[in-house]
Amino acid sequence: MGITTLVLFGFVLALLAPWLYRVGRRATGWILATLPLMQLMYFASFVRPIAQGEVFVFGSAWVPSLKTSLSFFLDGLSLIFALLISGIGALVVIYAGGYLAGHHQLGRFYGYLFMFMASMLGVVLADNVIALFVFWELTSLSSYLLIGFDHEREAARRAALQALLVTGVGGLALLAGLLLLGQVGGSLELSTLLSQGEMVRTHHLYLPILLLVLAGAFTKSAQFPFHFWLPSAMEAPTPVSAYLHSATMVKAGVYLLARLSPVLGGSDSWHYLVTLAGAVTMLVGATLALFQTDLKRLLAYSTVSALGILTLLIGLDTTLSIQAAMVFLLAHAFYKGALFLVAGAVDHETGTRDVTQLGGLRQVMPITAVAAGLAALSMAGLPPLLGFISKELLYEAKLQAPRAAPLITGAGVLANVLLVAVAGIVGIRPFLRERTATPKNPHEAPPSLWLGPVMLAGLGFIIGLLPNTVAAPLVSPAVTAVRAEPTEVTLALWHGLNPVLLLSVLTLASGVGVYFGRGVVRRATSRLEPITHWGPARWYDVALDGMNALARAQTRLLQSGYLRYYLLMIIGTTVGLTAYTLAARGGFPRPHGFADVRFHEVGVAALIFLAAVTAVRARSRLAAVAALGVVGYGVALVYVLFGAPDLAMTQVLIESLTVILLVLVFYHLPRFASLSPQRARYRDAVVAVAAGGLMTALVLVAASMRFHPPISHYFAENSFVRAHGRNIVNVILVDFRGMDTLGEITVLALAGIGAYALLKLRLEKKEGG
Amino acid sequence: MNVLLVLPILIPLVTAVAALLAWRWRRVQRWMSVLGATALLFVALRLLTSVWRDGIQAVQMGSWPAPFGITVVADLFSAIMVALAGVMGFAVAIYSLSSMDAERESFGYYPLLHILLMGVCGAFLTGDMFNLYVWFEVMLMASFVLLVLGGERAQMEGAIKYVTLNLMSSALFLAAVGILYGMAGTLNMADLAEKLKNVHHPGLVTTLSMLFLIAFGIKAAVFPLFFWLPASYHTPPVAVSAIFAGLLTKVGVYALIRVFTLLFVHDVGYTHRLILVVAGLTMITGVLGAVAQNEFRRILSFHIVSQIGYMIMGLGLFTPLALAGSIFYIIHHIIVKTNLFLVSGVVHRLCGTYELKKLGGLYQVYPGLAILFMIPALSLAGLPPLSGFWAKLTLVQAGLEIQQYEIVAVALAVGMLTLFSMIKIWTEAFWKPSTLNPQPSDNRRRVLNLLFPIVLLALLTVAIGLVAQPFFALAERAADQLINPEAYIRAVLAGTS
Repeated sequence: MGITTLVLFGFVLALLAPWLYRVGRRATGWILATLPLMQLMYFASFVRPIAQGEVFVFGSAWVPSLKTSLSFFLDGLSLIFALLISGIGALVVIYAGGYLAGHHQLGRFYGYLFMFMASMLGVVLADNVIALFVFWELTSLSSYLLIGFDHEREAARRAALQALLVTGVGGLALLAGLLLLGQVGGSLELSTLLSQGEMVRTHHLYLPILLLVLAGAFTKSAQFPFHFWLPSAMEAPTPVSAYLHSATMVKAGVYLLARLSPVLGGSDSWHYLVTLAGAVTMLVGATLALFQTDLKRLLAYSTVSALGILTLLIGLDTTLSIQAAMVFLLAHAFYKGALFLVAGAVDHETGTRDVTQLGGLRQVMPITAVAAGLAALSMAGLPPLLGFISKELLYEAKLQAPRAAPLITGAGVLANVLLVAVAGIVGIRPFLRERTATPKNPHEAPPSLWLGPVMLAGLGFIIGLLPNTVAAPLVSPAVTAVRAEPTEVTLALWHGLNPVLLLSVLTLASGVGVYFGRGVVRRATSRLEPITHWGPARWYDVALDGMNALARAQTRLLQSGYLRYYLLMIIGTTVGLTAYTLAARGGFPRPHGFADVRFHEVGVAALIFLAAVTAVRARSRLAAVAALGVVGYGVALVYVLFGAPDLAMTQVLIESLTVILLVLVFYHLPRFASLSPQRARYRDAVVAVAAGGLMTALVLVAASMRFHPPISHYFAENSFVRAHGRNIVNVILVDFRGMDTLGEITVLALAGIGAYALLKLRLEKKEGG
Repeated sequence: MNVLLVLPILIPLVTAVAALLAWRWRRVQRWMSVLGATALLFVALRLLTSVWRDGIQAVQMGSWPAPFGITVVADLFSAIMVALAGVMGFAVAIYSLSSMDAERESFGYYPLLHILLMGVCGAFLTGDMFNLYVWFEVMLMASFVLLVLGGERAQMEGAIKYVTLNLMSSALFLAAVGILYGMAGTLNMADLAEKLKNVHHPGLVTTLSMLFLIAFGIKAAVFPLFFWLPASYHTPPVAVSAIFAGLLTKVGVYALIRVFTLLFVHDVGYTHRLILVVAGLTMITGVLGAVAQNEFRRILSFHIVSQIGYMIMGLGLFTPLALAGSIFYIIHHIIVKTNLFLVSGVVHRLCGTYELKKLGGLYQVYPGLAILFMIPALSLAGLPPLSGFWAKLTLVQAGLEIQQYEIVAVALAVGMLTLFSMIKIWTEAFWKPSTLNPQPSDNRRRVLNLLFPIVLLALLTVAIGLVAQPFFALAERAADQLINPEAYIRAVLAGTS
């Protein structure tokens, strides 16, 4: 129960946060940070048992009928993510308090942030796939609310919507994929599913499942061609970018891939799809990063690239590559988190994020500068930082890739060269050289703003020096979980003189070269820039516009506003559908019983028919109404002929009244005119004749098909004996089926009220004068 | 005789009559209305628990044995629908106290509202085909008068389309009942189910079922018969829109589900397949219609159409899980949709318009209202863990189980578009800064009357989402009764009264 309570408590705190802020004001960030800190300590207590190979499953029922439970599952993989989420979470909560100090919606901000934190923990801890999906969607929603936090700016609103739609579409694909996976694997619990790999991979639904799950993971983790939402998401306040859009949420897709690799991995399609997506994203992200001048966008594109690297490593699907992925996951979370927070602090102090306007900040912001430098060096992969170890592993894994190793390694080196240059631009350049004029006069950031970067960058440094402090307790269990086999991991700074080291040196040297030659590179490639305008972001716009245009066109066509088209459509549908069904399924039983039709019956029928034709062809209203009256009286005659005098009487009364009413109304109507063109009249004639013909056919067929004697004999037998009435019709109306009559009387009363109100109550007229 | 079964029809009738008698005293009418709605809610919930505990119940009107008299019968599906009608009646009755203008109140608004409820409950409870027709007429007339009450120009235009197209439905329904009676010689639904089981020409019954499909399809506003709904729902006062949105189309859906589980089940491959196709097209055309709109209530109206698609999707799939999904969907939808209309009314009151272009700034000033909008809006879009998520999840599960991947894809995609258009309202009315400054001009009590039902329904939405199991169990058992109608037939024909 511990985990359940701890995760769910985040949601409670999310609800309380706005209120807490009203009480706690400036101290709120520090107070709120205790929850993630407690979570951090709680998860840390699992490190030892999990390193010894234990796995924890907690759970409670939720919707058992839908096989949904609120169950959690803690192994090495979940643990490493949970520690990152709660640890960085604590730092970001504190940071946000300083960054958004005095913002009037800070209370709401904390609310959304805690909602996100709880959901994200849910994603990485969930055992039940539906619970996982629930949390997954909640991260998308909280991300939406956080990106659009600055809701008065249109750019923020647009970016929020974009992120929501892109990840939302992926989310729905994921849901379908997970449900299918559950069907094939026979369980919705991950802990059970993980051992069903063999069965799933050989199932004919494997490929659809894989594609659907990948769609979910790739959109969430900003893989090409869905990467574009991530740079746009930089509209969010910087703590959000650091936390959601770099350290945690965007890695949910990577988590999912790693989590499901025992079930879905190990096939060719997995290998090719995941590796390819990762490699392309890695290169695209790194290349586009170089063209940015905005600190946050630089970092965003380099994050895209990093996500590509992680995906690529998972796609390679070797123990070594997973090991590299897990170490890189840590290294990236530390340095990128630190750099984002630094970017925020710089923006906060100087009022700009444009790298071309920044310089010499080391003098005024020394603490921030140290943190930035350490993080940048880790990003560039310099010893003795964690980034170096992770890059060595990365190259090693790529060199030993099962397929196309040279190609993959080449791409990896290229991307890393570019990232080295980016690290220099982001983390080093603003602090070196001379001071430049900035919109605001910078000072050292307050402790809440430097605590986070210093802690994260420091961690990258310390773990780099003592890599085995995390290797055995954290990385090994994580790799074990992903590979589904016990794995021992040892890390070291020094691997000896080998090709990997050579590549590292080469990368660094070229990276420095690119850094200094970036002007040349930019100019050389500026001609290619128009291409980027036709990138996936444009496809998104085109798709959205197209959808809107389609919606408008369809609605104009269907909901035209003309009653006559609505009627045409409805009658047309009725005739078409019924006639088709009669032909296709009815088998046309031949109507019979025409033999005993008598002469005067034919006469009445002919009279009704002629009157109907006259009514349609009439050139004046009076003639039409008179002709309709004849139709009515004709029907009354039929009733008389078939022994229903009461009905006939009613019919005659109604017809007479209708004719009288209509004639009275004529006085108020405009002159009779034939407005519809000839074509429309023919069309209407066809539809009307078809409808009439169909009903006639149905009645004839049905009448010859009576398969049960009607219940009316009961009324005849019982109306006097038991209901004490001689007139059967009356007894039916007031006794056998009295409730019908009650309803009909009500209808009449309503009509009365309606007529009265229509005549007396004219709200508009009153308002007008 | 089991009075409980008839009370949901009698209470609104008595309330309406009492309110009519108090025609001149508006205050008395208002009290009567709230009292009657509360009583209806209470009775409806009692009925639901009673049916849950003791099974299907039937009572023969006038003690004439079935199938000769009229049977009133409540299985779980009916009881659920009546309970929902009770909740909606209660919410809207209270909301009306502050939102309805004095003129309309003086011209019979409350009697009309309660007669509408009577018609709705009657339709849910009757076990007789012709009697169902009568309740349809009661509903049609009550809703028509509610629609025109006030006589504004837009109202009249909407009402003409509404009444004309719905009369088409009535005519088709009546013709179909007539032909059915001609063939089977009975009107009692349970009796019909028995007699239709061994027909020589099932094809003819299938053909006849098309007439019912169209007649009820018009009522339920499915593609391509839905035109009356978007043409009229945005014209009357918002309380009227809200009760219409919650209950009217659902009676059509109820009737569809009733006849296509009880009566017309001998050619499922054709009829239910057709329903499934209609469901998909209804979802798509409805949601695209909504995407094209820029007015709060028009967007909501088109979404009703789209959501109807989901409700009959379960019927089209025709498995126990799918039907449970449909019923769960109806429960969820009625609550959420009514609530969205109620929220739109508050927005209109604050800003004086429904046009998204002119709206804005509400998130800044009224965070509480923003949350009250978000809950039903996100639930409608199916975001977890709100009620709509479980509804969609069930249908998607049901579809996947029997390999109906196309409809599942449509259902998921339409969910996305629903989210898109809910977010559009959110962005325009709540997030976007506005020049127009929303100003509260009402006193506390009036505001409370408006917000109380909204909060109540929002809490229900959240509760159904967080504690879905009991609601789902209800839907599951109701679906089970539908798919195995023997108990229903026995309850009616054995005359358990």
